[in-house]
Amino acid sequence: MHDLLVAPFALGFMRRALAGCLALSCAAPPLGVFLVLRRMSLMSDVMQHGVLPGIALGAAAAGLSVWAMGLGGILAGLAVALIAGWLARGHGAREDSQLAGVYLIALALGVALISAQRGIDLTHVLFGSVLAVDDMALFAMAGVASITLPVLALIWRPLILDSLDPGFLAAMGGKGGVWHAVFLALVVLCVVSGFVALGTLMSVGLMMLPAIAARHWSIALAGQIRASVAVAALASVAGLLVSYHTDIPAGPAIVLTAGALWLLGALGGPHASLWAAMRATARPKTR
Amino acid sequence: MTHAAIRLDRLTLRHGARDVVRGLSGQFAPGSLTALIGDNGAGKTTLLRAIAGLHPIAGGTIDRGGLAPAGIALLPQVSDLDRSFPIACRDVVALGLAARLGPFRGIGSHHLHQADAALQAVGLPGFGPRPIGALSAGQFQRVLFARLMLQDAPVLLLDEPFSAVDTDTAADLLAILHGWHRAGRTIVTVLHDLDMARAHFPDTLRLAGARTQWGPGTWAPAEAA
Repeated sequence: MHDLLVAPFALGFMRRALAGCLALSCAAPPLGVFLVLRRMSLMSDVMQHGVLPGIALGAAAAGLSVWAMGLGGILAGLAVALIAGWLARGHGAREDSQLAGVYLIALALGVALISAQRGIDLTHVLFGSVLAVDDMALFAMAGVASITLPVLALIWRPLILDSLDPGFLAAMGGKGGVWHAVFLALVVLCVVSGFVALGTLMSVGLMMLPAIAARHWSIALAGQIRASVAVAALASVAGLLVSYHTDIPAGPAIVLTAGALWLLGALGGPHASLWAAMRATARPKTR
Repeated sequence: MTHAAIRLDRLTLRHGARDVVRGLSGQFAPGSLTALIGDNGAGKTTLLRAIAGLHPIAGGTIDRGGLAPAGIALLPQVSDLDRSFPIACRDVVALGLAARLGPFRGIGSHHLHQADAALQAVGLPGFGPRPIGALSAGQFQRVLFARLMLQDAPVLLLDEPFSAVDTDTAADLLAILHGWHRAGRTIVTVLHDLDMARAHFPDTLRLAGARTQWGPGTWAPAEAA
């Protein structure tokens, strides 16, 4: 039991990966909860693919430096967010199809740019590698988490207003766009900071899956956020162990674990689950 | 209450390529209670939105008497409020304070008491902790009225506030509206129910293109041709 659960974390790289993933588990899932509530889940897809060309260009410019790749990823993510925002303002076509177009192009461009360089393993960039989590990567993850949480706390009320009732915010003379932009910048930061350990394709998983799972555990916003953080932390620990014992890359292992926790919630959670539905049929509500 | 008149001067509003309101002049006097009536498409909603500053003005002016946007509260007919959002009634009502508190100043426990008191005043005692997703249409409209109470705006613009609710709720909300009127607020309400307009609203504005009429009690200027 000790060998299975504790011994792996005696290794330095596993400890760094764990610390980084736990830090991200505190910051990313609350953003995911807002993405879900704002019906912007597709946006996370756009981000995860959108940062890839930037990471590739960063690597081309400065080699395998976390900072260069991260900076490239952040700039590319922000650019994609701007493009998506511009498309969302309506140019006659359906917004989701436009977003799909953007992220397909970004993914293809990113893969092409990475394949053109020697010394970068595409699998590691896309799916992560715990072995690559050095001190720099750990600082990046912890730093982003340390920025994200206070900023989210600061924009909490306007962000809720803009998500809940944008018309009301506008009628009060509020500028919903500003808070939306700050929020998307936080999403980009979290996606990029997770890419070393989890990979660009999978770091969104730590943001979205716990957030999706959270609605089975609470019907209050604060409760959903707490639940999402708990699910993400649990998925990080369990996923890293699965990754260590089975040689599955860390990203997919953590995302699969988070997926299993979602399934658990959907079957047996207290809200909007199979169990809740069965309970409701067995004992009809009396009013 | 601060005395705020809303003056319209040769106001033209466009919806797409069509002028829905053309050359409308007149005023909503301070403390007046006006029923805004007219056929579908006559521009009632557009006029309310323009007064709230949410619809661009194609010609003429709206003089709000120096009121800040937060001084004009608009209750849309179909709110964009996302009713599946996981939030309690008390918190929705408390957000009525957001205009005065700004984005960052804290909502304290006395504010939440205010929200609970407003819920009680609209006939929903004890509804504070309930999620909004569980409310009926009538209860939900009551919650929005409670939020209007906390907004405490001198000018209130309501777009068909009674059209989607049961008669009991309509009667209660109408009584609240009269309370606001007695407190000296300026109120403009879009109505379809002409009997209600006649019985309860001292002033009327009928939007009907060139035959637009200001009803009794309001300053009725020569219609700009």
